[in-house]
Amino acid sequence: MSAFVALDNVTHAYGGAGGTLAVDGLSIAVEAGEFAAVVGPSGCGKSTLMKLATGLQFPRTGAVTVAGAAVNAPVKIAGMAFQAPTLLPWRTTAENLLLPLEIVQPYRGQMRRRKAEFRERAERLLASVGLAGQGAKFPWELSGGMQQRASLCRALIHEPQLLMLDEPFAALDAFTREELWCVIRDLHAARKITVILVTHDLREAVFLADRVFVMSARPGRVVAEKRIELPRPRDLEVTFIPQFQDIVHELRGHIIKARQ
Amino acid sequence: MNRTAIIVRLSPWLFTIGLLIVWEASVHIFKIPVFFLPPPTAVAQAFVEFAGPLARNSWITLETTLIGFALAVGFGLLLGLLVGWSRTIYAGLYPLMIGFNAIPKVAVVPILVLWFGIGFIPAVLTAFLISFFPIVVNVATGLATIEPELEDVLKALGASKLDIMRKVGIPRTLPYFFGSLKVAITLAFVGSVISESVASNYGIGNLMLQAQAQFQVPLIFAGLVVLAIEGIAMYAVMAILERRMTGWAQRSGFAQS
Ligand SMILES: Nc1ncnc2c1ncn2[C@@H]1O[C@H](COP(=O)(O)OP(=O)(O)OP(=O)(O)O)[C@@H](O)[C@H]1O
Ligand SMILES: [Mg+2]
Repeated sequence: MSAFVALDNVTHAYGGAGGTLAVDGLSIAVEAGEFAAVVGPSGCGKSTLMKLATGLQFPRTGAVTVAGAAVNAPVKIAGMAFQAPTLLPWRTTAENLLLPLEIVQPYRGQMRRRKAEFRERAERLLASVGLAGQGAKFPWELSGGMQQRASLCRALIHEPQLLMLDEPFAALDAFTREELWCVIRDLHAARKITVILVTHDLREAVFLADRVFVMSARPGRVVAEKRIELPRPRDLEVTFIPQFQDIVHELRGHIIKARQ
Repeated sequence: MNRTAIIVRLSPWLFTIGLLIVWEASVHIFKIPVFFLPPPTAVAQAFVEFAGPLARNSWITLETTLIGFALAVGFGLLLGLLVGWSRTIYAGLYPLMIGFNAIPKVAVVPILVLWFGIGFIPAVLTAFLISFFPIVVNVATGLATIEPELEDVLKALGASKLDIMRKVGIPRTLPYFFGSLKVAITLAFVGSVISESVASNYGIGNLMLQAQAQFQVPLIFAGLVVLAIEGIAMYAVMAILERRMTGWAQRSGFAQS
């Protein structure tokens, strides 16, 4: 079966012809419905990979395909969340969630007619990440972890086929982070969407992903790939079993090698 | 309201009254002649004596300033959006605007007089020319500093440039815009008074010039006071407008503490 998101031997540099390469010979293929995690040293091109896969940047050489089509414009089917929640401070949390619906068709054209329904959907989504009844608050009235949850909701409200997460939990405390792992795990299980997660946290990668890709130092490319065979649904307890620890150790080894 | 809060409330008045008392006292103690520095009481007298001309001319100056300011807001907003919209326009216009802003506007007045004759129009245009620049710069800055991540989120949803401008660019620029109005209105007064004093038969600027020619020094100071009052009033209007329109941007307790 052909991959849902595929980068084939991609090279990319920022800043025109003279720029140093960010990624070089990068190939990755993620299947539909798969949960992929990407780990690697800082500055190796993980965020670049995300931008290439969503058509926010175009490769110098190589090919990018998403959902069977070559990417030559922003993809329009992706929901994205980053380390910073990037919510709009002048909108309430619920209104922030509606933002994608104001842009993506067919919702965009139905905004006026189905507003009440969309609002309800936003409230339901907020409730599903533990933010029930917080929709009327402004983002700056929420804690960092709550904002990050809202940001995840915004990435999901238009029911994208592809969810791109770039270190979304990096700024959170360990307990909130683990709570959100479970939120993402359940969302992925319920909706069967394709997820690409960039993270520095190997436990996070192993807990959530079907496959973990390890990238080399800059210019980045995939140097190792590990299928995580742990059965689903996974419980947080799984992070304490020896098999889990072994996988984390193995990946750690790859990263240490990649840094050199 | 506790004690400090009351003192903070009263402090502008206390400081103003304090300044007036020091001023009045110094004039008497050092025996400063009225034609050099009139005491506040003399200025107050001039206010009563010349109430008619002061009222008439201050109205003209206010009108001139506000029309010039309104033009600056419209034009500044438009140009700011254009400059913020496109890198090419930005690159092309920026040096021109810097150069234009560097020209002392008093040097432009003679040209305006050449084109429009002395009076109302050059004063309005000077007020406009001097006050539009901060608006352009602030609007363009607001647009240029959109968080790239946010832009990415929207682009990955298929948002057009216009969408991004409408949903993010313009709302996030409003605090910069309203902030710049406070600067711009103050500059607009500078512009209209400059032009009135060199090329007009009306307005506070002209009135002060005539008072100077006739050595009515208290009247000159009365003119200054009128300008200060008008300036403060308009600044306050802009500040209130800013707070009303962009309350979300004023969350920091920094300025309040
Ligand atoms: N907008 C940009 N302009 C110029 N160079 C950039 C830009 N974004 C990234 N780079 C460069 O490309 C390389 C890869 O950056 P990228 O952001 O993809 O790294 P990363 O793997 O996401 O790092 P981190 O783990 O620290 O987030 C870096 O060396 C960086 O300097
Ligand atoms: Mg990154």
